[in-house]
Amino acid sequence: MIGGLFIYNHKGEVLISRVYRDDIGRNAVDAFRVNVIHARQQVRSPVTNIARTSFFHVKRSNIWLAAVTKQNVNAAMVFEFLYKMCDVMTAYFGKISEENIKNNFVLIYELLDEILDFGYPQNSETGALKTFITQQGIKSQTKEEQSQITSQVTGQIGWRREGIKYRRNELFLDVLESVNLLMSPQGQVLSAHVSGRVVMKSYLSGMPECKFGMNDKIVIDKQGKGDATVSIAIDDCTFHQCVRLSKFDSERSISFIPPDGEYELMRYRTTKDIILPFRVIPLVREVGRTKLEVKVVIKSNFKPSLLAQKIEVRIPTPLNTSGVQVICMKGKAKYKASENAIVWKIKRMAGMKESQISAEIELLPTNDKKKWARPPISMNFEVPFAPSGLKVRYLKVFEPKLNYSDHDVIKWVRYIGRSGIYETRC
Amino acid sequence: MTDSKYFTTTKKGEIFELKAELNSDKKEKKKEAVKKVIASMTVGKDVSALFPDVVNCMQTDNLELKKLVYLYLMNYAKSQPDMAIMAVNTFVKDCEDPNPLIRALAVRTMGCIRVDKITEYLCEPLRKCLKDEDPYVRKTAAVCVAKLHDINAQLVEDQGFLDTLKDLISDSNPMVVANAVAALSEIAESHPNSNLLDLNPQSINKLLTALNECTEWGQIFILDCLANYTPRDDRESQSICERVTPRLSHANSAVVLSAVKVLMKFMEMLPKDLDYYGTLLKKLAPPLVTLLSAEPELQYVALRNINLIVQKRPEILKHEMKVFFVKYNDPIYVKLEKLDIMIRLASQANIAQVLAELKEYATEVDVDFVRKAVRAIGRCAIKVEQSAERCVSTLLDLIQTKVNYVVQEAIVVIKDIFRKYPNKYESVIATLCENLDSLDEPEARAAMIWIVGEYAERIDNADELLESFLEGFHDESTQVQLQLLTAIVKLFLKKPTETQELVQQVLSLATQDSDNPDLRDRGYIYWRLLSTDPVAAKEVVLAEKPLISEETDLIEPTLLDELICHIGTLASVYHKPPSAFVEGSRGVQHKRLPARAGSGESTESPDVGQSVGGADAPPAVIPSQGDLLGDLLNLDLAPPATTVPAVPASMQMGAMDLLGGGLDSLMGDESETHNIHQRMESPSPQSLSEYSHPELGGDIGGSPAIGAGMGAPPAVMPASLNAAVGGGLGDLFDLGGGVGMPTGAFIPPKTLWLPAMKAKGLEISGTFARRSGVLQMDLSLTNKALSVMSDFAIQFNRNSFGLAPAGPLQVLTPLTPNQTIDVALPLSTVGPIMKMEPLTNLQVAVKNNIDVFYFSCQYPISILFVEDGKMDRQVFLATWKDIPNDNEAQFQIKDCHLNSDAATNKLQSSNIFTIAKRTVDGQDMLYQSIKLTNGIWILAELRVQAGSPNYVLSVKCRASEVSQFVYQCYELVLKN
Repeated sequence: MIGGLFIYNHKGEVLISRVYRDDIGRNAVDAFRVNVIHARQQVRSPVTNIARTSFFHVKRSNIWLAAVTKQNVNAAMVFEFLYKMCDVMTAYFGKISEENIKNNFVLIYELLDEILDFGYPQNSETGALKTFITQQGIKSQTKEEQSQITSQVTGQIGWRREGIKYRRNELFLDVLESVNLLMSPQGQVLSAHVSGRVVMKSYLSGMPECKFGMNDKIVIDKQGKGDATVSIAIDDCTFHQCVRLSKFDSERSISFIPPDGEYELMRYRTTKDIILPFRVIPLVREVGRTKLEVKVVIKSNFKPSLLAQKIEVRIPTPLNTSGVQVICMKGKAKYKASENAIVWKIKRMAGMKESQISAEIELLPTNDKKKWARPPISMNFEVPFAPSGLKVRYLKVFEPKLNYSDHDVIKWVRYIGRSGIYETRC
Repeated sequence: MTDSKYFTTTKKGEIFELKAELNSDKKEKKKEAVKKVIASMTVGKDVSALFPDVVNCMQTDNLELKKLVYLYLMNYAKSQPDMAIMAVNTFVKDCEDPNPLIRALAVRTMGCIRVDKITEYLCEPLRKCLKDEDPYVRKTAAVCVAKLHDINAQLVEDQGFLDTLKDLISDSNPMVVANAVAALSEIAESHPNSNLLDLNPQSINKLLTALNECTEWGQIFILDCLANYTPRDDRESQSICERVTPRLSHANSAVVLSAVKVLMKFMEMLPKDLDYYGTLLKKLAPPLVTLLSAEPELQYVALRNINLIVQKRPEILKHEMKVFFVKYNDPIYVKLEKLDIMIRLASQANIAQVLAELKEYATEVDVDFVRKAVRAIGRCAIKVEQSAERCVSTLLDLIQTKVNYVVQEAIVVIKDIFRKYPNKYESVIATLCENLDSLDEPEARAAMIWIVGEYAERIDNADELLESFLEGFHDESTQVQLQLLTAIVKLFLKKPTETQELVQQVLSLATQDSDNPDLRDRGYIYWRLLSTDPVAAKEVVLAEKPLISEETDLIEPTLLDELICHIGTLASVYHKPPSAFVEGSRGVQHKRLPARAGSGESTESPDVGQSVGGADAPPAVIPSQGDLLGDLLNLDLAPPATTVPAVPASMQMGAMDLLGGGLDSLMGDESETHNIHQRMESPSPQSLSEYSHPELGGDIGGSPAIGAGMGAPPAVMPASLNAAVGGGLGDLFDLGGGVGMPTGAFIPPKTLWLPAMKAKGLEISGTFARRSGVLQMDLSLTNKALSVMSDFAIQFNRNSFGLAPAGPLQVLTPLTPNQTIDVALPLSTVGPIMKMEPLTNLQVAVKNNIDVFYFSCQYPISILFVEDGKMDRQVFLATWKDIPNDNEAQFQIKDCHLNSDAATNKLQSSNIFTIAKRTVDGQDMLYQSIKLTNGIWILAELRVQAGSPNYVLSVKCRASEVSQFVYQCYELVLKN
């Protein structure tokens, strides 16, 4: 299991060091600094083996988190744990930065003591942790409170405490999708997929039983009712640990008792019948050795009544660019030398429209034999619908012990489609 | 909230000040001081001097302070064992605290203090805590048993904690169960045979129930533990799989991977025709693909595992090529792994897409990635024959870019393409030669030299090219030196007249001026070969090269199976067994996949019997055997001074000697030479990687192949070579003797077919061979007349099996008087058919500029035995029964002293496949099948009585005429 956990700043100075196993010595701290943080080359693997000691690391802004072991640990678990550690820290004190870590080092040690025992990850749900790791001391607790804490930390529903009360029962569902595309210069879709998340904010009293339904093709086909054309084929989905997986496996129904507050209910992925909100048509022409002509057309492909926002097209330019002239019909375009790209921004754009930019790029003559690699043109945007076609059909809430019914819960649903890696080769 | 200030105190006298503060009366001040101590500890300062003062702060109601003191204790107790005792009382007291959080904290911390005296005191509180009413305390105590075991295993056993821990597996609280499982699994790892984790259907059931209820981490512990269980039968295996599959939808990737591990392992036991097996296969693909949308570090872990899964069960992801396409912003480690998997998934169906992608990648920025992409194009060419042409042209395009490392990488892979498809793409050699100067990496230089040497006869200035490399011979790496030596020798054998000087030069550089034993040895071997028996040299150096296999970098099957049992863990990331990177006893046990249930069931038939269960195994073993041989050879060649003897006097021959003797005998007769030749046939297809790794220059067949050759009893070494080389080298050859490598297909020695008297001075002798599936007629044409002969052509009369020349007779240069030329004529079996008498008679006409000559010869029927002549066991049985008994012929093979395994190996190399073996009363019955080029099947039963040199062969075939020839073939193969 995990033998130790270190946190470093960008210079490689140790901010936190917690050793769980006897086989990890102090020299491990230095080994990682010397071999990874101070290494001259780019990091070639998130797992490094130095003298029979394995180091797993993740980086958050300029902070390094490293888990160390000498055993054959479950590598996926170690990374999941490191991410979880980051989540927990963020939930406690916000952004992970050197300043915040130094300010909260006592808290971090306390957390590390709780969520990792002898290198085995323990309950790490912030909801539960916050009930007893408070930095306040726990002297004031009554006996009942204490046993409630422990039963929650170890219990079946470790993510929710009992006795939550709201005057207004309310829930928010956000369907957040990121649509990914790789298109050839000729407009052929090389790969496209949507990875989506359903994020729920629940402000519900008691221990509510929830049931979530969406236009999943398998469910709709099984029920035999409803229009099969509006259903979508989900390639795969994963759920928050509150969802009863065996029930999903057998009946494909999504039922759960939600954590309080915001959490991610599910993630899913679709590849079929994706609505690609934008199409990018590039045209790059090399005029001699010192000039490039670039023309890019973008077309929006959704209902005219909807508006896409925060549109940004990034057109890469060669390293030896000396000057750029840009003309665009809509929005603002700028050549950013530091990023080697022309960045074209459009605030809003309705569906079924098109816009165009043309640029002349002057190049410095070079004797570099190597051709410019022509990175793909990438795009960012946000649209108010789900490119996968996913629709929430219902979210039912039952709380038998308290006197509110499904109808009393105020529910909100919102769809946001964003660009993931949305690239067109040119 | 400005704890960061504690990190900044660096002034002198700090310890002294801290001491004062720790002993302050004010609680707040105390706490501040402890925080400062911990901060100093974190940055690596030694604050152990404060031990007593910090321990004094332990007795406090403030939990935060208590935790800080405990943290300090865990760090320094070991260095101050006597002082640490002071803390024991507080621990014991805390273990009785009414607050479960404090009880748990105490027992958790105590377990981390590795001081013997403290552990003694730990036992009683731990015993209580294991039975605590609060699950939080119990789950902490469960882990504490593992901690204690790590400190003092004996104590844990004596105190009976293991039994208590086992009881916790039935605890009502899922988290307690999970931690108990984790602790037991860890303890069990250091007691491999202890049966600690007594997994039985009941306990498995409990675990599966807890699986649904515990935290994500607990699920991982339980799944990892489940993976160690071996179900009793396929039914149990299926029911566990059914209960594990829901985990594939968990948001935690580690849960998913651990579930995949359990499924991959238990799947081994399910019969393949079961519906559920197919369903399960389908269910595995989506979650694996989903792992690729996780954070990059996890993607990396997932990709390394997918790499294993794709090798084990390619069908799972064969349609998912697109998800492995590289994204521009992927971290480099993800890119490289994706590329690897793309090549593994490449097939005829998706090759166009893959190639388009690879071409794209070859223009990226990262050098490693680009190199790998170029290499991948080459691997596609070798894997998917239909794409070879496109790959070659893509590679040529890339060479045109003149980007140095792209060119070098391209040349390395083109060399492999030449190996795989000889005589197909040599037109590109000219382009390659243009880039000679830009090659600065050893591998690329070596590859280019190999190409020049291999195709010396088609490159006009081959000698100049090679000579240019020779100038800096001693500055080259060993790889290049070896290759250069071989290439020049090849060149010499192909164009002896123009390159004498060159070969002398390289031989003396390699032997006299080099202190590299490998190089020297090879130099001497060539030297001796050239000087004593140049024809033999030719046979050796220019021998047919073994095929390279399509799949490269495959993990050896037993290792792969072991790694499959380690899915999700570090072993699967490193692709190494845990023993390779874990110290001590932990994890060194080798895990194995369970055997498929009912693997013995397919042998219901009484005829074949039960002992044939493993008949499918041999093919899988071949790669490892190759490795082994390679290793052996490397080993043997490595120690320099001991195996290389002082150069015998006869070796110190001058250049005159070499060339005099050499050239003469190059033209001389070739008695004795076939011996060497046939043994050079290496039956094992060498994998690409293997080929290019140890010895590019191993054109003597690659070093493994020479090993195979030397595998024959050393007595058959040509006498001259054996004697001259003397002790040291003889030893070297002897070493090969022990390695039981199947020797190549038997090729009868050349016989005289057309005496010179009958053909106006043209003498033809020859034999037939089957080399890696290609039929060849090996001819030696000797001009015994006084005038030059040219314009050779050959034709066959119609014959029983439709043999016909597959190409023209390649005699490129005119045959001068007294010159002999060896030609290998490829044959096809699609010619016109006429039944001959005897059956294997072949009438041949050879034409030259003088006249047309006719002769007839007989070919051994074994050349018609095809490589896929291995019949399915069931089919064999049915066919055997189906063929009327009248068609059965029995023969006696006398005086054969092989045991049945050796016979099997020998026969197998001639494409006589043993399908099953049965032993009755000490008599081995081998059931064998043979398929002829025209699709006729021959079934045989070979009875081998242990200790008796006489075999009984029964042959059954629908065309009974062939039986006699098959018998002859058995005789020949077994006795040679």
